[in-house]
Amino acid sequence: MDNILSITTFMPALAALILAVFLRGEDEAAQRNAKWVAMATTVITFIASLFILFEFDRNDTGFQFVEEGEWIMGLTYKMGVDGISILFVMLTTFMMPLVIAASWSVTDRVKEYMIAFLLLETLMLGVFMALDLVLFYLFFEAGLIPMFLIIGIWGGANRIYASFKFFLYTFLGSVLMLVAMVAMYADAGTTDIEALLNHQFGNETFSLLGIQIVGGMQTILFLAFFASFAVKMPMWPVHTWLPDAHVQAPTAGSVVLAAILLKLGGYGFIRFSFSMFPVGSEVMAPLVLWMSAIAIVYTSLVALVQDDMKKLIAYSSVAHMGFVTMGIFSANQQGLDGAIFQMLSHGFISGALFLCVGVIYDRMHTREIDAYGGLVNRMPAYALIFMLFTMANVGLPGTSGFVGEFLTLMAVFQVNTWVAAVATTGVIFSAAYALWLYRRVVMGDLIKESLKSITDMTGREKAIFAPLVVMTLLLGVYPALILDIIGPSVAALVTQYDTALAAAEAATQVASNGN
Amino acid sequence: METIILFAPLVGALLCGFGWRVFGEVAACWIATGLLFLSAILSWIVFITFDGTTEQIQILRFIESGSLSTDWSIRLDRLTAIMLIVITTVSSLVHLYSFGYMDHDPQWKEGESYKPRFFAYLSFFTFAMLMLVTADNLVQMFFGWEGVGVASYLLIGFYYRKPSANAAAIKAFVVNRVGDFGFALGIFALFFLTDSIKFDDVFAAAPELAQTQLTFLWSEWNAANLVAFLLFIGAMGKSAQLILHTWLPDAMEGPTPVSALIHAATMVTAGVFLVCRMSPLMEFAPEAMAFVTVLGALTAFFAATVGLVQTDIKRVIAYSTCSQLGYMFVAAGVGVYSVAMFHLFTHAFFKAMLFLGAGSVIHAMHHEQDMMNYGGLRKKIPYTFWAMMIGTLAITGVGIPLTGWIGFAGFASKDAVIESAYVGSTFAFWALVIAALFTSFYSWRLMFLTFYGEARGDKHTHEHAHESPMVMLIPLGVLSLGAMFAGAIWYSSFFGKPNEVIKFFGGHYEAPSEEIKDAVAERSPKASELKYVMEDGPGEAGIYIAPENTVLHEAHYVPTWVKLSPFVAMLIGFLVAFWFYIKNPALPGRLAENQRPLYLFLKNKWYFDELYDFIFVQPAMWLGKKLWKRGDGDVIDGTINGVSMGFVPFITRLAGRAQSGYIFTYAFAMVIGIAVLITWMTLSGGAN
Repeated sequence: MDNILSITTFMPALAALILAVFLRGEDEAAQRNAKWVAMATTVITFIASLFILFEFDRNDTGFQFVEEGEWIMGLTYKMGVDGISILFVMLTTFMMPLVIAASWSVTDRVKEYMIAFLLLETLMLGVFMALDLVLFYLFFEAGLIPMFLIIGIWGGANRIYASFKFFLYTFLGSVLMLVAMVAMYADAGTTDIEALLNHQFGNETFSLLGIQIVGGMQTILFLAFFASFAVKMPMWPVHTWLPDAHVQAPTAGSVVLAAILLKLGGYGFIRFSFSMFPVGSEVMAPLVLWMSAIAIVYTSLVALVQDDMKKLIAYSSVAHMGFVTMGIFSANQQGLDGAIFQMLSHGFISGALFLCVGVIYDRMHTREIDAYGGLVNRMPAYALIFMLFTMANVGLPGTSGFVGEFLTLMAVFQVNTWVAAVATTGVIFSAAYALWLYRRVVMGDLIKESLKSITDMTGREKAIFAPLVVMTLLLGVYPALILDIIGPSVAALVTQYDTALAAAEAATQVASNGN
Repeated sequence: METIILFAPLVGALLCGFGWRVFGEVAACWIATGLLFLSAILSWIVFITFDGTTEQIQILRFIESGSLSTDWSIRLDRLTAIMLIVITTVSSLVHLYSFGYMDHDPQWKEGESYKPRFFAYLSFFTFAMLMLVTADNLVQMFFGWEGVGVASYLLIGFYYRKPSANAAAIKAFVVNRVGDFGFALGIFALFFLTDSIKFDDVFAAAPELAQTQLTFLWSEWNAANLVAFLLFIGAMGKSAQLILHTWLPDAMEGPTPVSALIHAATMVTAGVFLVCRMSPLMEFAPEAMAFVTVLGALTAFFAATVGLVQTDIKRVIAYSTCSQLGYMFVAAGVGVYSVAMFHLFTHAFFKAMLFLGAGSVIHAMHHEQDMMNYGGLRKKIPYTFWAMMIGTLAITGVGIPLTGWIGFAGFASKDAVIESAYVGSTFAFWALVIAALFTSFYSWRLMFLTFYGEARGDKHTHEHAHESPMVMLIPLGVLSLGAMFAGAIWYSSFFGKPNEVIKFFGGHYEAPSEEIKDAVAERSPKASELKYVMEDGPGEAGIYIAPENTVLHEAHYVPTWVKLSPFVAMLIGFLVAFWFYIKNPALPGRLAENQRPLYLFLKNKWYFDELYDFIFVQPAMWLGKKLWKRGDGDVIDGTINGVSMGFVPFITRLAGRAQSGYIFTYAFAMVIGIAVLITWMTLSGGAN
């Protein structure tokens, strides 16, 4: 199978097309069919991606399964995966069947709903596999459209405001990134990502409008990409769209947003900013590290005072993404390993936490923390699962949440002890807000009349959580499952980064000696 | 065999917690208990047959990233072996005891199955604690460290309907996390310095660390001191030392068997274990060790003063635990790790017994915990009374003075601590002697208030007071054997001549160099005949005692008045308690009236909780609110809304319909962008 990547990527889109064209009617049978088609497609996609994983040669640090071909208007279609991207592909295909299963109770415009999610899957997979700049940009930006629709159509009361805010934030970044891409093409003469990775962008300091730009063109390009990725991440202070988007999104939308869409920014940082602009990265790293550390403390404090469950978890996500950016720009093996691990692990954990909110939202139709209390009395299974993911969220060793946090903190300590110390306080705050949430929702006596007849999780709900529980514990105990795959690619990347910096350093030396 | 010891409790926890619907409640609990007894028996076999050579057993790979490489593996040396028997013995007895104590718990409604959950938590705790002490690297230790924290959180909050229990559970976890903050930074620093976090590598690098400078935050530090200090912050959290002690008294919200196992015998001693485990590093960190000593001494003193006036029987014992942990840290701080372990060892027996005894009293009194409502219980619950009596004799340190070892367990170990302290730090010595006086006072006060005098409080409860069942009395009996004899039996192993101690901990000894001999002779002329010092390098034996560290030797030659001082302090404490609570029961009340400010100060635990609430909790909440409403709301969103005010109407007009307009606009903008890009590329000669 030479084009397994394309097959995997476009299978959901194909299914979406079939649904759009052939499925008619809004009756129950049609709804059921839409659900089952979506479910079958996502499962098959997952199985297809398993083939990629098993055939993947983990000692090869280059791109594998590469497909290349002519495309419209002189553009190239190129796909491929390496040790850094393959697990994001797996994360996406793994989460989607769970997302579909979690949407089983949707009754409003089911066909369109499923089409949106299937399209979204294709676009997200495309982002992680694209090896051409234009292709990447297409997938990256187009991926937001189904998400807008999901929030805007199936979302809560304030959905218009939320998706509008989301759009405003992303727009500026997109424009800047596009300009940067044009500049990159002008400089390198190609849009092939593999070639760009080996291209040296200029790093001579020049002055623009009287400002000295250290790192030259690389810094400028870095900033342009940064504008886009920082919003997607999201990094402080451009994070405020996320809590609103989460609050308004339907449960499944929140899960996709937290588990996969937030990873696009982090992936972009590694694939573009860090790999292609090493000098720019080095120049900007202190700023990014401090923004990350501030994000961790700031959003954790804000999470402490939330009274909407989803908002609390959303702020907690921002804090956790702070560990990711901190790890990446520590620029060493532990940092990048940790950042990737943290993103994958956060995918499972935050996804599960939003599902946990969904479970009780489906029953009570409110996300107010104060509306709950004492659920353990009637929902012991729910209490157990929520406890597990709460603990995973606070980074308890033995769960996957620990490994990423630990590695990124360890990495940043080698670079800047101040940032490390500030960021490490996150472990205190996260325990405070997560346990405080758990206490108010689950613990205590069951007093509220409205909760007296609440029922525990159904078999379907438990089945959705089961794979997430397994992954969270398995990766916590045996992180080598991930680290073995990403390790060689990351090592190669770090070496390349260090070499590039050394070369730039040497060039500067020569230049200054020449004067 | 070590693997079975380690995993039997985990298997027990899983079978009991998840399988009780299959096996039935009682059978599930017995499975957990049976597996723990298996662990305990094997631990004793390991302890007795242990030959002193450090053993390592690899189980599974753990985190590997670049030069960082860690495994799940077991490190078995004397230090581990001691902890194994302490943990599994106390834990198995507590499991057994819980059959009686947790039966018909009034906190639960009819038909609720709470017992399997309780036993599963207990077993899980034991597993995590065993992971902590068998770790061969710092990450695995951190796993155990946090694992016991979670188990403690779950068990403190076991009565989840009680708001106070839930609050206490969170407090325990969060305060411990403050300690973990330091612990984690210590691990990061060690990795940064030595490129490894395996004990073997770290210990081997310790002498070098003493010569290394490290820039941390605002200043340059001596690497060994810095790391030792950071790790000790972790120990302060877990072992409830001053500043981070506030969670321990509140932790008494948990069922009493939990207090005995976790908050007296095992988990809270993890900090002491950490300092002893890191002894190869600590020996090169004199300033950090001085800090450990002072803080331990302050805690011993502080907690003892608070213990004087508490009336909740469990809180008195909790403060007593806090204080005794201070003793252990002093011993470790002055460099006599073996004595720290000695006190840890004996304390585990007598303190677990005091708690279980207190539990038996509480059980007899229908869950009444206020000592002011006890009185005259000696006749009603005679076995419990005698067990508590033995525990009290042990903790106050009753024995034959000047023999060193003939006496109850606490006598041997506490005197060893105080004598070591005298050599290492005069301040610590006096703090500990005064604390010993207070210890004796509050312990006897507890005995007198509970078992002597007139029955106070609810008449009905007193009439129905009954002795506990056999499953509760047997553990008390076993522990009382430990409280009586553990000190005498292992005295020479922990606090004998240096050669005996070194050998016990699996090391080798050699004759000291002349300089060291001279130094000792100059410091304490009576102790001049130092014959042996440790030969092994850092990390080769269970503990490391630098050749220059002769405190253990010198502690045997302290002046006679020093050796007598704890005994005298104990006697004074006893007599005052006797005077206050037997001879003249009205006196304490009058004293509290006369010295009201002091009384309130002690009663309110030096106002630490109020202070922390004021300087940490409230500001954090306030700041969170401000950052949310002002930071996120006004500044960030405000700016973005402001910027977009001009921009938004423009695009909405462009797109027509406001509702889905922006989506369309977005797609539109993107398509335009792509078009621009493609045009550009075509103009400049096409891709590739």
